[in-house]
Amino acid sequence: MSTKLLKPIEDLGSWILDITPALGRLTLYMMTSTAWFFRPPLRTKLFINEMVFMGNKSLFIVGLTASFSGMVFAFQIYSGFTAFSVDSFVGPIVAIAVTKELAPVFCGLVVAGRCGAAMAAQIGTMKVTEQVDALEVMGVNAVQYLAVPKIFATVVTMPMLAAIYMLIANVGSWVVGTQVLGIDEAAYFAKAGDFMKLKMIAEGLIKAAVFGYLIAIVGTYQGFAVKGGAEGVGKGTNMAVVWGMILVLVVDFFLTAILMKVL
Amino acid sequence: MTDQNYTIEFSHVTKRFGEHTVLDGLDFKIHEGKITTLLGFSGAGKSTILKHILGIYHPTEGHVKVLDKELVKMEEKEIRQFRTNFGMSFQYSALFDSMTNFENVCFPLREFTKLSNNEIREKVLNLMEQVGLEEHAFEKLPSEISGGMRKRVGLARALALEPKIMLYDEPTTGLDPITTHMVDDLIKSTHQRNAHIPMTSVIISHDISATLRISDYIAFLEKGRVVEHSSVEEFKRSKNPIIQRFLELSS
Repeated sequence: MSTKLLKPIEDLGSWILDITPALGRLTLYMMTSTAWFFRPPLRTKLFINEMVFMGNKSLFIVGLTASFSGMVFAFQIYSGFTAFSVDSFVGPIVAIAVTKELAPVFCGLVVAGRCGAAMAAQIGTMKVTEQVDALEVMGVNAVQYLAVPKIFATVVTMPMLAAIYMLIANVGSWVVGTQVLGIDEAAYFAKAGDFMKLKMIAEGLIKAAVFGYLIAIVGTYQGFAVKGGAEGVGKGTNMAVVWGMILVLVVDFFLTAILMKVL
Repeated sequence: MTDQNYTIEFSHVTKRFGEHTVLDGLDFKIHEGKITTLLGFSGAGKSTILKHILGIYHPTEGHVKVLDKELVKMEEKEIRQFRTNFGMSFQYSALFDSMTNFENVCFPLREFTKLSNNEIREKVLNLMEQVGLEEHAFEKLPSEISGGMRKRVGLARALALEPKIMLYDEPTTGLDPITTHMVDDLIKSTHQRNAHIPMTSVIISHDISATLRISDYIAFLEKGRVVEHSSVEEFKRSKNPIIQRFLELSS
């Protein structure tokens, strides 16, 4: 077989060899950091600081994304549904799509971009300036001190952001649907009430929490994995965002399949 | 001299990273209550020795005993607790940049003691006075003070838990001659002030003049082995050609 034909197979093999130990290290890190959730000392102050930081970083952009996506969605659904004279279904369709999918996924993408990057950059900078070593030398577990409050805060904050997203997107859809497109307000709410179920909200919030966990795991892991100087920090930050976003989209598929059966 | 006079003991320690041997059958002991400087060319294994003392690295072969304990036999939790016996001054201070200088010094006390806020404050003020930190620096961030001041804050933080072993990783790298002199004096005075503990100081350095001025003992490393370990006076008289060359180049 010619060398040209073998090249892609070699590249694939090399990629698998590279990624396997990295995945092993990530899994080990995931287990270690999660185990620290349940071991003292509980760092309440750091946890609250992280929640405030995350809220500050993400709330505005989540609100903005939510309002416009809700409004755009209302326009798009209306333009399709009006041909069949079922425009009163705009409310429930938008509500279901936003609650089950758009809210957790969009919040996941925003948090991965804003907070996942910040986590990797902060821990990465601490790593290259020996601050992580300083913690370890003092006898403080760096993962427990730096990563666990971030991971825990992301798991708690993500469902809150998703809930805010759900609310704002539905308000946006209602404004466009009833005030701009002229859908009857009573019909809009009646249909939305008929189709929306509490378990749909639960599905969206569970997804948000899982995405939050994964984004924070990847963000903090990439921070600790930083090598070298500023270039290493930049690379780690970039990896945190890319992998955070990929994980949100891929895990969303599997989580949807699981939750459809469970809920 | 009995074993009790040594704080740190390396017995036939070899450390390999893959094919690369960094420490090669290292045998030496560090005297309790004295200042010992590890000298040597870059890549001689000085930092690896420091990491073995701290229990971050374990030897591939041989044994390392610190304060009569073998760190390799300890559980992770035990090692962390044991590390409160150490204070470390980092090359670039490694202060937590999100905290003020005052909070940096408070940190180990908040983590490892049950002292009240007032007691911590009193102790920190005392430490800052010991290392000569001026009051206006207390509430500033590490990025807002000079390199020399950062060294002082780092030293105050390292001394907070009254360590039995003080480690200095190239304490004067990147500092101007006057600040270098100040840091050297600070190391010496800190050591003397804590003689009651008694504190053992281990310094990693390339700076031969500072080493000769402040050390009690010097261990010279070459290719992962200690080729000379003696008092400063004996070191100056060493006939070892590598040391003579090092002294020559440094002067």
